[in-house]
Amino acid sequence: MIRTLEETLEARFFAVLPEVDFCSLRFVRERDECLLVRQNILQPVSTSRDIGVMITVIDRGGMGYAATSELTEVGLRNAVKCAQSWAQRSVSCGVLDYSTIRYPSAVGEYASQTKNSWDSVTLSEKIDLLQAVCGQLKTDDRIVDWDSSLWYTEVDSLYLTTHGGRVRQQFRFVVPMFGVTVNQGLDTERRTFGGQGYGRQGGLETLEAVKFSEAPSQVVAEALELLAAPNCPSGNMDLLLAPDQMILQIHESIGHPIELDRILGDERNYAGTSFVTLDMFGAYQYGSELLNVTFDPTKPEEFASYGFDDDGQEATKLDIIRNGVLLRPLGGVMSQVRAGMDGVANSRASSWNRPPIDRMANLNLEPGSSSIEEMVASVEYGILMKTNCSWSIDDSRNKFQFGCEWAQLIEDGRLTTVVKKPNYRGVSATFWRSLKMVGHSGTVEVLGTPYCGKGEPNQSIRVGHSTPMCLFSDVDVFGGA
Amino acid sequence: MQSYFYQLADDITANLQGGERFTSTFLAENSDFVRINEGAVRQAGSVAQRSLTIDLITGMRHTSESIALSGDLSIDRAWINAMLVRSREKLPHLPEDPHHLYATDVRSSEQHGKNRLAKSSDTIPAILNAGSNRDMVGLYASGGMYAGFANSFGQRNWFSSFNHNLEWSFYFQDDKAVKSSYAGFEWDSAVFQEKVAWANEQLDILIHPSHTIQPGRYRVYISPYALYDVVGMLSWGCFGLRSHRTKQTPLLRMLEGGEKLHSAVTMRENTYAGIAPNFQDAGFIKPDYVSLIEKGELCNTLVSPRSAKEYGVPTNGASNYETPESIEILGGEIETDQILRQLDTGIYINNVWYLNYSDRSMCRMTGMTRFATFWVENGIVKAPLAVMRFDETLYRMLGENLIGLTANRDLVMDSTTYQARSTESGRLPGILVGDFSFTL
Repeated sequence: MIRTLEETLEARFFAVLPEVDFCSLRFVRERDECLLVRQNILQPVSTSRDIGVMITVIDRGGMGYAATSELTEVGLRNAVKCAQSWAQRSVSCGVLDYSTIRYPSAVGEYASQTKNSWDSVTLSEKIDLLQAVCGQLKTDDRIVDWDSSLWYTEVDSLYLTTHGGRVRQQFRFVVPMFGVTVNQGLDTERRTFGGQGYGRQGGLETLEAVKFSEAPSQVVAEALELLAAPNCPSGNMDLLLAPDQMILQIHESIGHPIELDRILGDERNYAGTSFVTLDMFGAYQYGSELLNVTFDPTKPEEFASYGFDDDGQEATKLDIIRNGVLLRPLGGVMSQVRAGMDGVANSRASSWNRPPIDRMANLNLEPGSSSIEEMVASVEYGILMKTNCSWSIDDSRNKFQFGCEWAQLIEDGRLTTVVKKPNYRGVSATFWRSLKMVGHSGTVEVLGTPYCGKGEPNQSIRVGHSTPMCLFSDVDVFGGA
Repeated sequence: MQSYFYQLADDITANLQGGERFTSTFLAENSDFVRINEGAVRQAGSVAQRSLTIDLITGMRHTSESIALSGDLSIDRAWINAMLVRSREKLPHLPEDPHHLYATDVRSSEQHGKNRLAKSSDTIPAILNAGSNRDMVGLYASGGMYAGFANSFGQRNWFSSFNHNLEWSFYFQDDKAVKSSYAGFEWDSAVFQEKVAWANEQLDILIHPSHTIQPGRYRVYISPYALYDVVGMLSWGCFGLRSHRTKQTPLLRMLEGGEKLHSAVTMRENTYAGIAPNFQDAGFIKPDYVSLIEKGELCNTLVSPRSAKEYGVPTNGASNYETPESIEILGGEIETDQILRQLDTGIYINNVWYLNYSDRSMCRMTGMTRFATFWVENGIVKAPLAVMRFDETLYRMLGENLIGLTANRDLVMDSTTYQARSTESGRLPGILVGDFSFTL
């Protein structure tokens, strides 16, 4: 009988186990394929295959890890020794007595739901698809650059613990993208297919779901519109945000501030702290009563769905903010012990070579009851903004400034002039209280991005945000220089 | 490590078929990472990683694949052979690449770093001791980094470096903190203690109540570390030939609008003085330096081999991203001990945070002040500043509103560790700027 690599690793792991309080192995095998067509020319096709394990040891109150891509028994034995050595050296000088943590001993499996797998279509066919999309983009001399791309990732992982934990997960991700750059004189504008926000879990069927092949004509038209458009006006006004900007707004000013490791101070030297404090959970009015946010790893098509986090905690849907009140932080097993409060299953690592930390995963704003027409009609003077292109927020996740690719004024309840270089700024602690209307389920888009950066050493990870369109009142809006 | 890579390169050469050619890059590191919070160890461990990328070429077709290596030669040979098989199967399905360019003149080179690193078991207690009475948070990274290039023409390039990079913050409370770093190739306790003492002095100022300013324009001093973040934004699309030819460069007004920076601003990609390898993925060797902005005027661009072929100009060994890796700005005339006096009344910015473009065509960028940023009156530091958002164009910052640059420059070693430890760096002065715009 031929053993799979996972079975071989499992046997080797239990053959090299040290006499310690706790030991885990986290194996990750990842394959990426990037296809990019720029100006109708296929760019170099790149594939990467990464593989490795992280061994974590907890012993006598200390904790250490070692990561290696040497998967032989000798390699695992050396990694165990190294992790054990770090654990010994951190005894009595850790942020807590690590022996107080009871890691789950979950046994289970998870697999992305895939209808049309990446490999069910030939390489030539995928290139043809991208060429077809790219071919729709160059329709005007003012278009100076244009491109289309597909990024496919498959990740297989295995998590084993000395206490009987055994979790196997298989993920499949697709990120479709295209964009056009237009120029006239000293003005250059870029319009894209939702930034890189259409990351989905699944196979090639996700392209149909997000209408990848149908979208180019509108994106091109909107890009050219921007060249003729006036600058976004300045002033306080109502702000209607499309889902491909809401993704960023949720991510930066709800997701990060309520990550428990930030609140506990771990990120203060890099990603920052938070204006949210532990005593706020259960009572703090984060937003208006229309604000309902969930941690939801159960949506099959969403980018950061999973069955278990990287500490083996089973992932379930939980309310984070209900009727505007902040209920629960985003913190995994270790942070929950440190903070003495419940969290969610969100201890995640970017790969085998980085240790798990609190990440936001899928953080979704639940739909309300308003149609787009109702929201527009309710605005006397305001603006609709689409597709994030600029993001900046302070280290407490409070003072933010975001910019979008495209905007349209709303005057007397009607969409009117298209304007360029739209930006707005605000303060997280008060911004969500100005949430005035929330779009119904027909306005919801399931979005996701591969680029959430955090942690020391740094880790970039996938996050998902499902959100409707939302209307905010009295926001400070401005345009280009 | 070098002989291991060269052995693999020879094996690949021996396994080529027909008219096949290849270029190959190797990256590896053995790193210790110790994360600290509240003066205690949060996460500690080691990472050993190696990867190899092979671009297999037949005529004008090529495809590249990267794999993680185990370090065991027999295992890695099998993985590489399997990779070559996959690439051969893929090649007939790919069109010819009209913009593919790789080095054919053999220019082998070796840059060997010396491993003078202290053991983490010695440095960590010293670091924890320095933070024993402080709320210390940060990361200590240390170890060897390796890079190699090989091709079927017999070119071999090797780079190794052994350095440590400690970045830490002493927190007073909330977001009031001093950020410091100690990067180098050899741990010197005296140097570390000096840096700790400096941080402690700055922290004493943070104990005072914060000074809050209204949005408006202020005179500011921007430290070399803060300027490195500003320059990091410029690295995002400003200097590459591709971004110039497609008019996406945020320096569009310099490229086509006659705009200039202050004549005191000279900016170069100085590979010679940097700490990164001097070779790139297609086998081209980088010149010692490329002048990007000379006395305020746009000069050269960074040209990747691909752009070189596309636009019919010579490459200067830039990576495919065409971003600086060893940026420098020449110094000016302000002596370090005169900074506060020349600032007079304004804001002393040690660190900035989370920069992004708010108007790319105008090279206008926004960001936050962070860590030890101080309100200064009549040349005397009065109080820490409550964090403020700035929103300013490069043309004002390094152009009409630039008052001067410091004579002294700091070597800033990039501390980022996404996927791997960075070898990028900057050698930068501090700058004094008038009418700097704060908005929130």
